[in-house]
Amino acid sequence: MNKANSTETKKNLHTISLLVVNKPGVLVRIALVFARRGFNIDSLVVSPTVNPKFSRMTITATGDKATLDQIIKQTSKLIDVQHAGEHKHETAIELELALFKVKCKPTSKAAIYKLIKRFSAQVLDFTESSLIIQQTGTTEEIDEFENLIKKYEIIEMIRTGKIVMAPGKEPT
Amino acid sequence: MTTKRSPDKPLTGAEVLIKCLENYGVEYIFGLSGGAAIPIFDALVGSKIKLILVRHEQGATHMADGYARATGKPGVVLVTSGPGATNTVTGIMTAHMDSVPMIVLTGQTITGMLGKDAFQEADILGISMPVVKHSYLVKNTNDIPRVIKEAFYISNSGRPGPVLVDLPKDITSAPCTAVLDPEMDLPGYIVPSKGNKNDILKMAKMFKGAKKPLLLIGHGAVISRAGKAIMELAEKLNCPVTNTLLGKGAFPETHRLSLGMLGMHGTAYANKALILCDLILSIGSRWDDRINGNPAEFCIGAKKLHIDIDPAEMGKIIQPDASVVGNARLVVEELVKHVEPIDTKEWLQELNYLRKQFPLKYSCENGVTAQQVIDALYQVTKGKAIVTTDVGQHQMWAAQFYLTDQCDYWITSGGAGTMGFGFPAAIGAQFGKPKDLVVAIVGDGGFQMTLYELSTAAIHKLPLKVLIIDNKYLGMVRQWQELFFDNRLSGVDLEGNPDFVKLAEAYGVKGFHIHKVDHVKEVLEEAMKYNAGPCVIHAEVIKEDNVFPMVPAGKSAYHMIIEPPKTKLEKPTGST
Repeated sequence: MNKANSTETKKNLHTISLLVVNKPGVLVRIALVFARRGFNIDSLVVSPTVNPKFSRMTITATGDKATLDQIIKQTSKLIDVQHAGEHKHETAIELELALFKVKCKPTSKAAIYKLIKRFSAQVLDFTESSLIIQQTGTTEEIDEFENLIKKYEIIEMIRTGKIVMAPGKEPT
Repeated sequence: MTTKRSPDKPLTGAEVLIKCLENYGVEYIFGLSGGAAIPIFDALVGSKIKLILVRHEQGATHMADGYARATGKPGVVLVTSGPGATNTVTGIMTAHMDSVPMIVLTGQTITGMLGKDAFQEADILGISMPVVKHSYLVKNTNDIPRVIKEAFYISNSGRPGPVLVDLPKDITSAPCTAVLDPEMDLPGYIVPSKGNKNDILKMAKMFKGAKKPLLLIGHGAVISRAGKAIMELAEKLNCPVTNTLLGKGAFPETHRLSLGMLGMHGTAYANKALILCDLILSIGSRWDDRINGNPAEFCIGAKKLHIDIDPAEMGKIIQPDASVVGNARLVVEELVKHVEPIDTKEWLQELNYLRKQFPLKYSCENGVTAQQVIDALYQVTKGKAIVTTDVGQHQMWAAQFYLTDQCDYWITSGGAGTMGFGFPAAIGAQFGKPKDLVVAIVGDGGFQMTLYELSTAAIHKLPLKVLIIDNKYLGMVRQWQELFFDNRLSGVDLEGNPDFVKLAEAYGVKGFHIHKVDHVKEVLEEAMKYNAGPCVIHAEVIKEDNVFPMVPAGKSAYHMIIEPPKTKLEKPTGST
């Protein structure tokens, strides 16, 4: 992927937060709205809220702005969705958690630990030949870490997907 | 034989369900029984709700749809699980596309067998999800009263639509101890009503300086019964009005300000008004592709205003210059107060000139035409019938030549374009409006998709009339193949049509036959007088005739074809 394309994709990557009534099927209804309009869901986090009646869904998806507006309106229209809205990078706290299982040879160990320190990541498990590293940060920070660590060979990777929260008095 | 239930036994879920339906004023249930729904059918024994036993579940849905459109009350369907449920999908989709309130109750296998491929198990909740406004799978008998209350509220508030309730057999069989009128639990459902006052004032200001305003009336105007308010607005502004296919009747098409229907097969003058206007206000229409094949060329330079109860319609196709989210009637009632009369004398003169230059017309030179039959029906019934239609050429001719002057008198499948809709919808409409004259104008293709409901109409001696426009073709597709595909006819020849009069007689239904130009009126007059039960009027019309004007799919009104073209046309870019 060239640089221009990559910025284009980033521009089209949206974070949508939905407050939904905790009823079976609500996820399917929401997924249908995305799929019908050709939006691929890149990540999805469903979590409980303070009120057990509701769940929070945080979805990142790629697509054009006009279609996104329709998706937000169409999901808001669902009976079991109380609120849906896009969150901008600048106005919300965004975090993601990732686990990397990385090959670790005696020759590369020092360099890997240096990286871990620089990114304030943590080692959760280690064997003779590999490490499991946990990192929490913005999507960009995790992307950057992944980029640097991958030259030591990532065996497995898992990311939770983004969660967001609006700061101050503003509700998410 | 029916036996009375012991009075001290608690009511079952099914019995509570029927009680709830009675309390919500349900007069009729359109349904077909089956194993998983037996407890519900059992609870109907002795109820004041009349069960209309249909011959196929699709028929039940269209009947409920016709009933709902004729009365404004939700139509209720009751079917069994599996194929019974899946047979309702076309009818649910039809109601969903046209925002029609409908409750579909489906029997389901017992909860313990859900997901285990039990006999006649279908995941109808999953299957129907994209075409319902909302749906439920009831897993607790005591939830029944709340679910039914919510279903009625959701289906007929805001933008109406179908609600499906899936009812496992063990749930309807178990005792129910819940109160009949519980609180609803719908924290995520908001119904817009009056509209934001500032938005209305902003919209009213838009009319200042407009010289060529145009009102575009859609189904939302019919659903909200906005007719009177629109009349006031149109007359105050002295503004011409055009209507979509589903907007027929919200503003009288015989009114001096009416341009009739616009769009793909709308009047030439309505479509030309789209090109010429400098302001257009859509009241409850969604600027869909039948009136707006190419949004980039839609009303270029005109201010676009939009009133709709569904916020998702704002900017979906057209980005409005001013919009109000709310009930069309309530919003227009408020808007009228804030607009000033406009001097539209020249604008109306221009349109009247176009009206004279490009009238809707037909000829009887080569034999009986659909237009002649429909025009004659309009005259014979004095425009007072509730008309239902199928989809295709006959539908467009009916829309053009059977003018509609009041809400609820035009029932057609607009968004979905469902063949086979017209006849069962007429049955539903006749149940809902027993004293009205109901005529189903159907094609020979569409009628054969749901004609089995002749039994249903005959048993109940409904005095409805079925006018079959028989050109022995799937005519609209044939028209496209002639105009855009070098007349390479494929899959359109309905060779083997039955003798519809004999067919009717086999069901004990009276049949009439039209095949001569000079007998059309006479036969129709005779048929309209026949009220002992349903009748079928088989009108054999010339086989190859085309609907004009025509705006090819994907094109704007600039590309309207008024007369049969002499040169070959490009293949349309629009979908259908």
